Amino acid sequence: MTFFLQQLVSGLAAGGAYASLALALVLIYSAMGLVNFAQGEFAMFATFIAWTLMVNLGVPYPLAFVLALGFAMLGAAAIERLIVRPFERGPQLGVVIVTLALLSITNGMAGFIWGYVPRAFPTPFPQNPVVIAGVYISIQDLGVIGVSLLVLGLIYILFNRTKLGLAMRTAALYPDSARLLGVSVGGMLAVGWGLASGVGAVSGILLAPSLFLEPNMMQQVIIYAFAAAVLGGIESPIGAVVGGLLLGVLLAMVGAYVQPLADLRLAVALLLIVVVLVVRPSGLLGQVHVRRV
Amino acid sequence: MAVARARTLPSNGMLGFLAVLAIVAIAAPFLLPSYQTLNLSYALIFAIAILGLNILTGYSGQITLGHGAFLAIGAYASAIAQQKMGINYLLTIPIAGVVCGLLGFAFGFPALRLEGIYLALATFALAVAAPTVLKKPAAITGGVAGIILPPVTSPTEFLTDDQFFYIVCLGIAALCFLLAWNILRGRTGRAFRAIRDGDLAAVAFGVNLASYKTLAFAISAFLAGIAGALYGIATGFVSADAYPFQLSILLLVGAVIGGLGTLEGAVIGGFFSQFLPQLSQQALSSINKQVANAAPSVTQGILLLVVMVVARQGVAGLIRSNVHRLRYPVQSGDDTPAAPEASAQTGPL
Repeated sequence: MTFFLQQLVSGLAAGGAYASLALALVLIYSAMGLVNFAQGEFAMFATFIAWTLMVNLGVPYPLAFVLALGFAMLGAAAIERLIVRPFERGPQLGVVIVTLALLSITNGMAGFIWGYVPRAFPTPFPQNPVVIAGVYISIQDLGVIGVSLLVLGLIYILFNRTKLGLAMRTAALYPDSARLLGVSVGGMLAVGWGLASGVGAVSGILLAPSLFLEPNMMQQVIIYAFAAAVLGGIESPIGAVVGGLLLGVLLAMVGAYVQPLADLRLAVALLLIVVVLVVRPSGLLGQVHVRRV
Repeated sequence: MAVARARTLPSNGMLGFLAVLAIVAIAAPFLLPSYQTLNLSYALIFAIAILGLNILTGYSGQITLGHGAFLAIGAYASAIAQQKMGINYLLTIPIAGVVCGLLGFAFGFPALRLEGIYLALATFALAVAAPTVLKKPAAITGGVAGIILPPVTSPTEFLTDDQFFYIVCLGIAALCFLLAWNILRGRTGRAFRAIRDGDLAAVAFGVNLASYKTLAFAISAFLAGIAGALYGIATGFVSADAYPFQLSILLLVGAVIGGLGTLEGAVIGGFFSQFLPQLSQQALSSINKQVANAAPSVTQGILLLVVMVVARQGVAGLIRSNVHRLRYPVQSGDDTPAAPEASAQTGPL
């Protein structure tokens, strides 16, 4: 039982980080119907920025965290305006190719600047575990769960309780009506990319202490984020959170109890993606679309 | 009917060009240094792989980011057939193609339910997951260590080993392109393009979506299997880590830069996929090793963006429109036939 609870907590911690990146994918998908394959690389790059601020410039953790998020948001908004915009209305293949190009460039730029040697990443949480009812629980894990839930809560409030959130939702759902009401739809899309990239950066910074920081750090995480987003329903922000946490727990349990599959977690995620897409494409919490033929 | 038939056959000028190309291709290994011959073999192997990718993505409009996984399976199929069953390596090449073709056909069924972006997502996950899955049954695939293959030896003293292997690759590539040309110029090719440009309209015209989509998957995977087998033989070593998801991206880069939805684009793309990483690495190696290592991803990403902005039809599209312009110089008041890519309302991009 103790072992089970420990696995559960570490699964939820990983799941919280997957949920953040999945939420980033969902924010962009529900606004524009496109998948940003470079989302993980954006998160990795922002994590490197945070690392440089802390380790090279001695900026304290909270400030570095906020600055890296700000960098990620501005950078992604600029990329949306300058590079992605012309392809948004074209064929899907074009957008896929452009985001793959961004993936390649971002990964290579990180390699240019910081190289491919894995680096330790500082964490603000104490390393020694706390004992709750005889169960050793790492404070790091609890902290990661706390920060992810905080960020997800903030996004929820932004979308449901603020005017900016309302404008963004209108721009995504009814672009023409939004324009008539004076909402800058293009501007909202740029804000959406910025927000998504900020949320994604949270996942990178939270995962970096356990994964070690290097340009290919997010390569597997992005697959887990895809699986989480698909599981929860790729158009549902709450679904992304639920899917992320479920996936984190599922992978932790697979690792702990199904030894032969322990190093096949990626394959489990792939299988989950294919099965959910084939059996129930709307995911757990997404809306079912009916197509007239 | 006779007119339509004639249009699908190459013109005399085209045949002449192909003849010159064939002579150059056969002469090349005797004029170039040995290591360049091997590079050319790799370029041909990539061309076969990109041809497969092109049939799936460029012609039938199903986005795949997981082509590298099928190359890996082809390489393993060939290596296992050689090592465990003692089959001659040349015979393992079609075997690998058939194995991959069947697997691709099988993967085509779940893929039927995945449209556009969802298929891209699933195949991307396939590309990332494939190496870890292939390493798992260590008794068959050799695990992390992989499978070591004997080097190719030339059967005649007139050819060096590299020259012999190049000729093998050239012959197989020629057969693959002939096969693809034959499939794509007729009924099947029209069905693929109809599905790509509007599947509802295609269904209305009586195209069976399920069978043509899975057929495209099977042909594409068959070609990937052949390319994978050749790649493994060329390297002399098959290991899952030689087929990372970056390989799938590299193949897509080649297909897009060469020109999606064209046969000549696959050949051009093969050369890009082989030489672009090498050249960009060499160009920047004078600065330092770190920069040189990162160079291929940056250059391929930037080139992709440039092609997408400037010439979405790729190099093949540029060549086609220039040939057209030479053939029909613009004169005022002249009703020049529209350029091929302008007259085609739709295309992969």
